[in-house]
Amino acid sequence: MIPLAAVVVRDMRIAVRVGGGALMGVLFFLVVVTLTPFAIGPDLALLKRIGPAILWLAALLASLLALDRLFSADHDDGSLDLILTGRAPLELVVAAKGLAHWLTTGLPLVICAPLIGLLLNLDLPAEAALALTLFVGTPALTFIGLIGAAIAVTLRRGGLLLAVIVLPLTVPVLIFGVGAANAAIVGPMPFGMPFTVLCALTLASLVVGPFAAAAALRQEME
Amino acid sequence: MRLCGSELACQRGGREVFAGVNFAVAAGEALAVTGRNGAGKSSLLRIIIGLLRLAGGRLALEGGDPELSIAEQAHYLGHQDALKGSLSVAENLHFWAQFLGARAVDADNVLDAVGLRALAALPAAYLSAGQRRRLSIARLIAVRRPIWLLDEPTSTLDAAAAARLVDIMRGHLDAGGLIIAASHAPIGLSDSRELRLDQTIASRHHVAGVQR
Repeated sequence: MIPLAAVVVRDMRIAVRVGGGALMGVLFFLVVVTLTPFAIGPDLALLKRIGPAILWLAALLASLLALDRLFSADHDDGSLDLILTGRAPLELVVAAKGLAHWLTTGLPLVICAPLIGLLLNLDLPAEAALALTLFVGTPALTFIGLIGAAIAVTLRRGGLLLAVIVLPLTVPVLIFGVGAANAAIVGPMPFGMPFTVLCALTLASLVVGPFAAAAALRQEME
Repeated sequence: MRLCGSELACQRGGREVFAGVNFAVAAGEALAVTGRNGAGKSSLLRIIIGLLRLAGGRLALEGGDPELSIAEQAHYLGHQDALKGSLSVAENLHFWAQFLGARAVDADNVLDAVGLRALAALPAAYLSAGQRRRLSIARLIAVRRPIWLLDEPTSTLDAAAAARLVDIMRGHLDAGGLIIAASHAPIGLSDSRELRLDQTIASRHHVAGVQR
C-alpha cells in the first residue's frame, strides 16, 4: 500500500504546483461554461435545456487536458522505467495515478459545477442533480482516458491522438450523464434509470481502464 | 549470490546488437561493461532489469530471494534521473524510497552521503546535471537492494563527486552487493572486471569476413 499511496501523493503534489494540470482543467471548465451564455444570448429556457450538456462537454474536455502528460511525463524523465520494474503491480500503480488525476481535475469540477450552474439558469435541485452525475461520471472519464494516455505515451505530440482514441469511448458516459441530469431537470424520464447506467459505466471503467492501460504501457516499452 | 548471463543476445529494431555474451558476477564483485557507442552497453543493463526482451540466451540469479524477480532485487540507474522538477530534493528522494519499498528513510543521512543535504528543500528543477545524478544515486543508498545496474554513473559527475561514488560503490560491494556498470570511462574500482561488448561482435564479423 505504501508505494501506491506514495504515487497518489506525488502526482497530486505535482498537479497542484506551478506548471501542474489541476488549475488548468478547472480554469478551462469555467471559461467554456462562462462563455456559453454570451454566445447563445439571453434565452433562459434554451440555456436551462442545454445547460447540463454544456457542463458535461466542458468537463469531458477539461479532464482530457492533463491526461496527455499523465504517463508521457514519467516516460520522458525515466520514472516509468522504475515504475515498470517495481514491485508494486503496474495495474495498481496505473489506478493510483488515475485516482490522483481525478482528485486534482475531476473533483474540482464537481465542486465548482453548482456555482457555475447559476450562469446557465439552473435552479438548486437541478444543480444538485448535475453535480451528482458529474461526481459519479467524471471518474469514468479519467479511467477511460488512462487507456488513451498509455497508448500515446511514446509519442511527442500525443494529445491529438489521445483525444481521437478517448472521445469515442466516452460517448456512453456522456449520453447517460447528460440524460440523468436532464431527467432530473425537465423529465419526463425517471432519474434512476440513466443514473444507474452511469454508475455501471463508471464501475466498469474503474476495472477495465487500469488493466488496459497497464497492458498498453508494457507493450509500448518493448 | 551470483548473477550469470549465458549466450545473451539482443535485437533492437530487427538489427542484432550483440550475441553470445557471457558473464558472471558474484556478491562483492563489480563488472564494468565497456564498448564503443552502440555496442549495447545500455541494452544489456535494460535486458537484465527486464525493460528489453532477451532475444536469446538466459539470465539466472543464484542465491537471491526466490520470491522476487531479478528486477525486484536490483536498482537501475539509467541515463535519465527520474526526478520531478516541481518536487523538492527531499520529496523526490522520499517518493522513490517509498515506491521502492523502504519502510523508513533517514533522508538527512542519505542526502549527506551524496552531498545534497543543504539543498533538501530546493525544487529539483534548480539542480545541475551532476546534482541531479547525485540525487538519483541517493535512492540506491536509501533502499537496500543487492544488485546495482549503473548506466554511465559518472558521466555528469565532477572529480569529487565521482570519488564519492566510488566510496559508495565500495561500501555496497563490501556489504555483499554486486555491481554491473556500463561505462566508457574507468569506473574507478581497481578490482573490477571488464566485459567488452564490441569484441564479441567484432570477432563474429571477422569470422564472417574470412568465410566470404
